[in-house]
Amino acid sequence: MKFQRFINQHINQITLITAALIGIGLLGLITKIGWLYTWSFILASIISAVPIVLRAFSALRFKTISIELLVSIAVVGAFIIGEYNESAIVTFLFLFGTFLENKTLAKTRHSIKDLTEMAPTTALVIGEHDQIEETDVDLVDTGDVVLVKTGAQVPVDGRIVSGSGHVNEASITGEAKLVSKTSGDSVYSGTILDNGTLKVQATKVGDDTTFGKIVELVENAQDTKSPAEKFIDRFATYYTPAVLIIAALVGIIFSDFRLAITVLVLGCPGALVIGAPVSNVAGIGNGAKHGVLVKGGDVMNTLSHVDTIIFDKTGTLTEGKTAVTHFHTYSDDEKGLLVAAAVESQSDHPLAKAVVDFVQSKHLDFSDISVTSSNTIKGRGINALVNQERVLIGNQRLMADNRIELSTKQLDDLHAIQRQGSSSVIVAVNHSVQVIIGISDVVRTGVKESLQQLKKMGVKKTVMLTGDNQLTAQAVAKQLQIDELHADLLPEQKVTFVKQFQNEDQKVAFVGDGINDSPSIATADIGIAMGSGTDVAVETSDVVLMSSGFDELVHAFGLAKKTVLNTKENIIIAVGTVVFLLIGLIAGYIYMASGMLVHEASILVVIFNAMRLIQYQTKLPKIDVDQVTESRVKLS
Amino acid sequence: MSKAILQLDALSCPSCMQKIQGALEKQAGVETVKVLFNAAKVKAEFDADRISADQLSNTVTDLGYEVKSMKVK
Repeated sequence: MKFQRFINQHINQITLITAALIGIGLLGLITKIGWLYTWSFILASIISAVPIVLRAFSALRFKTISIELLVSIAVVGAFIIGEYNESAIVTFLFLFGTFLENKTLAKTRHSIKDLTEMAPTTALVIGEHDQIEETDVDLVDTGDVVLVKTGAQVPVDGRIVSGSGHVNEASITGEAKLVSKTSGDSVYSGTILDNGTLKVQATKVGDDTTFGKIVELVENAQDTKSPAEKFIDRFATYYTPAVLIIAALVGIIFSDFRLAITVLVLGCPGALVIGAPVSNVAGIGNGAKHGVLVKGGDVMNTLSHVDTIIFDKTGTLTEGKTAVTHFHTYSDDEKGLLVAAAVESQSDHPLAKAVVDFVQSKHLDFSDISVTSSNTIKGRGINALVNQERVLIGNQRLMADNRIELSTKQLDDLHAIQRQGSSSVIVAVNHSVQVIIGISDVVRTGVKESLQQLKKMGVKKTVMLTGDNQLTAQAVAKQLQIDELHADLLPEQKVTFVKQFQNEDQKVAFVGDGINDSPSIATADIGIAMGSGTDVAVETSDVVLMSSGFDELVHAFGLAKKTVLNTKENIIIAVGTVVFLLIGLIAGYIYMASGMLVHEASILVVIFNAMRLIQYQTKLPKIDVDQVTESRVKLS
Repeated sequence: MSKAILQLDALSCPSCMQKIQGALEKQAGVETVKVLFNAAKVKAEFDADRISADQLSNTVTDLGYEVKSMKVK
């Protein structure tokens, strides 16, 4: 065992010595010094065969017929019949190929390695007497308070007890922008404090932190096999022994030992076994870098076949909070709006809050307006007295009750708002209508473009399921051009719809916020959680979009398609190589050494092909110009 | 039940995985073994009364793989 370890550790030197010996041998060939030529190749064969034979044996102990075994038999065979140059070149190519393979494989694993290396290693723990002690991050307990200085990494998940600063949360959300944090806010392990100083009380440490979970998830994902990989694994367990038997049969039938050992080398399944896994590793690594966590090759495969995407509305397609989306004024001053804000600021109705937010966002000051009295009329609105003036804020019925008639223009505006599914608020001062405001659940920016892009990429149907009312839901669906809509649903009814689509033979992805939609996420073929690093999201779903962005969803879908395509390409390259070699053998152009060269080259080709996935990027959707001008008209 | 996480040098052949898995599983006191090929990590759950984490580490080293670091919980 010691010997094997020694060989393993010095494999690069062995490869180098073999290369040098082959060089000397070739020199002997040119200078026609026969003994130099022969002995160099004999020595090279023996030295380079040692690690291969050792590996073949150790695999055999675990009842595995490995590629090394095929090569070992071939090389020993070649050596016995005196083909020293063939045996030397084959073993050298095999070792050198493995060396290059490892180097390039490391590149495909790079993104995950980068991720693990981002993990914090030390923490500054504040002791009972305010003394600061630097310890290993594994030794920090929950409840400990740690000090985070500018430029340092937050070592734990926790809550800020004092201090403030800007934190770069790219390691958690994939989005490299600074987030302002202050006392009481949560911070995550692995994020970097760009400026300021924080004292953080640990709530989670080590592998329990969100960052720890992400690392674990990605590590596991890279080893979760796609159906193609599973098939190839099964195939390889029969294929390799089959090559051995075929080689033996060929040798016996044609009584040609040389041909038999050539078949052994040509039959190596090299590129085939490496092709599929390497695509997945590169694809999953790419996702991790872009804030898209895909839980394995099987998920990648299913995701690429998704044709129906179901969205939860609130918090997924929309911001989940109401805001003023329409504003019409019928007087020259801002009085109506200011008075409305003053009255509404005393109410905690969601619509009232939206009005106040809107006025504040316009930097208008209403603090000097005093409200004398204010009465809420159920299902109508508010009747208030401000500066001796009668103020009515509410719906059309409130206006009708007080015999206030709306002009044709005002009625048109009101109906336009209602048609969009927004709630409307009319403000009248001294029996004259001042402003009409439309309030609705705001659609998140970029959603429409992303949905269009998904359609272009092959999604056949988009569906929205919501617990919200039909009218509001319809407005959102229309705006986003969603194909199908079901409103007024309970979470369990959403599950029923997911199942219904599945029964119609569609591959269904459900996109939700990861907490209230867990049942649907679990039921769908692919559950996609838009979770800003929440545990639940990480655990229940198949795909996690770390920064909850729709461009991430597009990226995930595009990446899955690309990865699956890449896997197929690699399988074609691998099978093509074997076919090419067999034809070459029959035609008499391919021998052992050249066969090994082609094999190793094909392995590098599949790895390089997979490496293209690391660079994959979806083009960011362009801003829809129509939408921008539309909203400007409405709001001014 | 204790849990050990061993970080190895990069693994290059899928058969290494089977080797490590098989060798560790055969040890008395080892409950579950998971070898992460791409991350080059071994996660093992074991009964600390019957086998020590160092023994696990030695088993892997004896197979010819370098253990770079080990965490025990």
